[in-house]
Amino acid sequence: MSLTFAIIAAIVLTGAIGLSVLRKTVHCVLSLTIVFFGLAMLYIRLDAPFLGFALVLIYVSAVTILILFTVLLTRNREIETDVSPYSRGSIAGLIVGGSVFAGLIWMIYRAPLSRGITELESPASVKSLGERLMTEYVLPLEVIALLLTAAMIGAVIVAMKDPG
Amino acid sequence: MDSLSDYLLLSALLFSLGLCVTLVRRHAILVLIGIELMLNAANLNFIAFWRFGPNPEALDGLLFVLFSLAVAAAEAAVGLALILAVYRRYSVTDVENIDELKG
Amino acid sequence: MAVEWLWLIPALPLLAAGVLTLLPTTAGRAASFVATGSMFLSFVFSGLAWLTTLDQGEFSRTTFDFVWFKTGTAALKIGWVLDPLTAVMLLTVSLVGSLIFLFSVGYLAREERRVTFFAHLSFFAAAMLGLVIANNLLLLFVCWELVGLASWLLIGFWFRKPEAAAAARKAFVVTHIGDMGFFVGMIWLASVAGTLQFFDAGAGCLEETVVHSLGAATILGGLALSTVITLLVLWGAMGKSGQVPLHVWLPDAMEGPTPVSALIHAAAMVAAGVYLLARLFPLLDAVPDSGSLVAVTWVGSLTAFFAALVALGQTDLKRILAWSTISQLGYMMLGLGTGGPAVAMFHLVTHAFFKALLFLGAGSVIQACGHEQDIRRLGGLRRRMPFTFGVYAIGMLALAGFPFLSGFWSKEAIFHSAQVWEVSRIPFVLAVAGALLTAVYMTRQMVYVFFGEHRNSSFQKSFSERAVVTAVPLAALACGAITLGFLGTQAFPLFQEYLEGETAVLAWGDLIGWGSLGLIALSTLLSVGGMALAWGIYRPSQFDPARQQDPLNRWFPRIFRWLENQFFLDEWYRQTVVRGTCLAGRGAEVLDRLIWGPVVRLCAALVQTVAWCSRLADEQLVNRGFDRVCRAVRQGAAWCSERQNGRVQTYIKYVGASLALVVWVLILIDRS
Repeated sequence: MSLTFAIIAAIVLTGAIGLSVLRKTVHCVLSLTIVFFGLAMLYIRLDAPFLGFALVLIYVSAVTILILFTVLLTRNREIETDVSPYSRGSIAGLIVGGSVFAGLIWMIYRAPLSRGITELESPASVKSLGERLMTEYVLPLEVIALLLTAAMIGAVIVAMKDPG
Repeated sequence: MDSLSDYLLLSALLFSLGLCVTLVRRHAILVLIGIELMLNAANLNFIAFWRFGPNPEALDGLLFVLFSLAVAAAEAAVGLALILAVYRRYSVTDVENIDELKG
Repeated sequence: MAVEWLWLIPALPLLAAGVLTLLPTTAGRAASFVATGSMFLSFVFSGLAWLTTLDQGEFSRTTFDFVWFKTGTAALKIGWVLDPLTAVMLLTVSLVGSLIFLFSVGYLAREERRVTFFAHLSFFAAAMLGLVIANNLLLLFVCWELVGLASWLLIGFWFRKPEAAAAARKAFVVTHIGDMGFFVGMIWLASVAGTLQFFDAGAGCLEETVVHSLGAATILGGLALSTVITLLVLWGAMGKSGQVPLHVWLPDAMEGPTPVSALIHAAAMVAAGVYLLARLFPLLDAVPDSGSLVAVTWVGSLTAFFAALVALGQTDLKRILAWSTISQLGYMMLGLGTGGPAVAMFHLVTHAFFKALLFLGAGSVIQACGHEQDIRRLGGLRRRMPFTFGVYAIGMLALAGFPFLSGFWSKEAIFHSAQVWEVSRIPFVLAVAGALLTAVYMTRQMVYVFFGEHRNSSFQKSFSERAVVTAVPLAALACGAITLGFLGTQAFPLFQEYLEGETAVLAWGDLIGWGSLGLIALSTLLSVGGMALAWGIYRPSQFDPARQQDPLNRWFPRIFRWLENQFFLDEWYRQTVVRGTCLAGRGAEVLDRLIWGPVVRLCAALVQTVAWCSRLADEQLVNRGFDRVCRAVRQGAAWCSERQNGRVQTYIKYVGASLALVVWVLILIDRS
């Protein structure tokens, strides 16, 4: 494990833990951006710079902003201040999460993973990605486009004010 | 260089944290954020497996992540719209207080 | 008309009865038309059937059988038979029946329940016609019982009158006392002969093989099996035909409307007994000097004499006719026992006509005189109702055996066969005495009703004795009463030969022969002498019923009391049979209370105990166990539904837990 990876992992985990424990929703969303930045760095480190930038673009700039606006729109001061941020069955939730984590760890350590890494001449280029998308994955691309359109229209309809 | 299991470990941690956030926090937006976290943990796994896999030239893992990002964006949009609609109807953003999801 | 279509004859009145049952009570006119029309149509068909029997050679007997139902390998067949006996009986019943129907149209014109009446009357006719065509003793028995039922309905037609209801009940019960014998005999016959078909291509119970085997078999006391069975059947026929000692229902049955009396007591029901015996004659005659024929003869002759005697003392117009019917039925029995079915059937046919004529004439009288039936309060109707007087006189003369009327010839045939009977001369003597008495009591009735002064205050001038529906039947029957006898004279016995399947030969010698001539002289003497005697006693110048008692009563008060009260037989039955039955019933009740009741109660208690135990087991074991299971299921369901609390996080928790579970299970499998 290299130092760089450890630092980046620390950033990601800090963000993640922060978003789990911070009391105010806005703070949580902000710490979510930290996680995304960390992840984007990891992607770049893993020779996928386009995805890293895409992540920053989509999540940090679009999704997070969206979430922040939602927080703004659903602001409810009493809950934020008076009530505990955790729901009632939180212990059970922690146990479930813990057991899933334990199972995953166990599997990772048991798995026969090849430690070696194939060297790449250059990081994955946008050009080659685009070629694959336009040739082999053109149908999924179309489907995804349709899905996004549908989701967008659905979101508008769901969030629209009731005419009545 | 880092090893695959480091990435997997990190991704597992992220996933579990996301699950815990989803289960533990009472704010609806945070539940959604937990789900995003889990999705991104999966994406990290994809990329790690791609990079450490036998044939990184094929770019399949990356394409998967690309699609998954699109789906996640759609999911976030719809989820947030739902939260807005729920808030409008019940004036709460607190999943604890919404217990109508039953027959 | 072929034998296959013979069923149409009873079916038509039956259909009419069915239709009438559905008609509204206000449709009286329509009902009478339908009923009378169907009956006339039956008569036409009967005529066609009769023609068929003439066509086919000398003696024709055709049968039509079909399987009614099967049990295992045994098939029960029923069917119809068409032979001269059937044809004659069909013609008589349907012709006399339709004339009576026609008369009823006028007689019951003002009756409210006319539709019901005609429905019952049609039903009765259908049952009687069915009885006649049956080629199976079982079918015959069924129709026989239907006739009984219909007679019960008809006699009790005015059931609001207690006497009518009682008379109907009495007729039903008494005839059924006879029917029990018939029933047992029928069962016995079925068990020994294996069939109840009359004619079945040699295998029927009236055909050679069966009759021979039944005649050859003897049971206790050396009696032939056929004799025992026919004696039992005879008991049934005696009940239906009003023979002593089962005659008691017949006079009481006069409570019914007069056309009913005419139908039941002239052509149909009472003739059924004679017809039955005539039909079963081969069985009665299975052995020489058969005991059953002897019994028939004795019963008949005793009844003929006894009933004629009783008729002397009666004062009710219809009751006299009823007793005369009993007496004439006795003659038929006598003729059957001594001379065979032809003689009996001949008298049956002639009697059907003149007796129906007498009854319908009496109906006219009763109608005209405001339902007055006591002959002492009638009188002098000769001038007021000349037409009725004329036809009534014809009927009366025929009944009394006045020379050359129908009754003369048929009775003469009976005398003839009774005279040559080897067993005993007493029946002949009784018959002769009965004939004398017949002339006397009929003259007595005539004088009472039609001669002398008019004694009835409620005479209705409005009544028209010449109305079509009244006059036509009377005239037709009168014609029959005059002419029918010539079918069966000694010289030219067309009727007998037709029934027996031989060609009639004109033989004046038989008529002039010593025995016949003597008999003719004797019967002429009897009827004329009897009438003269009665005229001497009852003639209006000598005797005034309004002021004096009956001369017989004056001269022999003791004997007359016996006659008047019908030899106290009803009272005697009341004291013995009825009281005995009541006593037996009371005894049975005591037995019931002392023995059977406690036994039943004990059983009931035992059953109750068992039931209680099982209930206990049920409640304590089965139900409790079931309840526990139910409770567990309910609690489980409640627990599950608590888990479904509508919170999204809870559900995600389950998903996560399932994921963890799957992961751990996979790990464990991988390890092992």
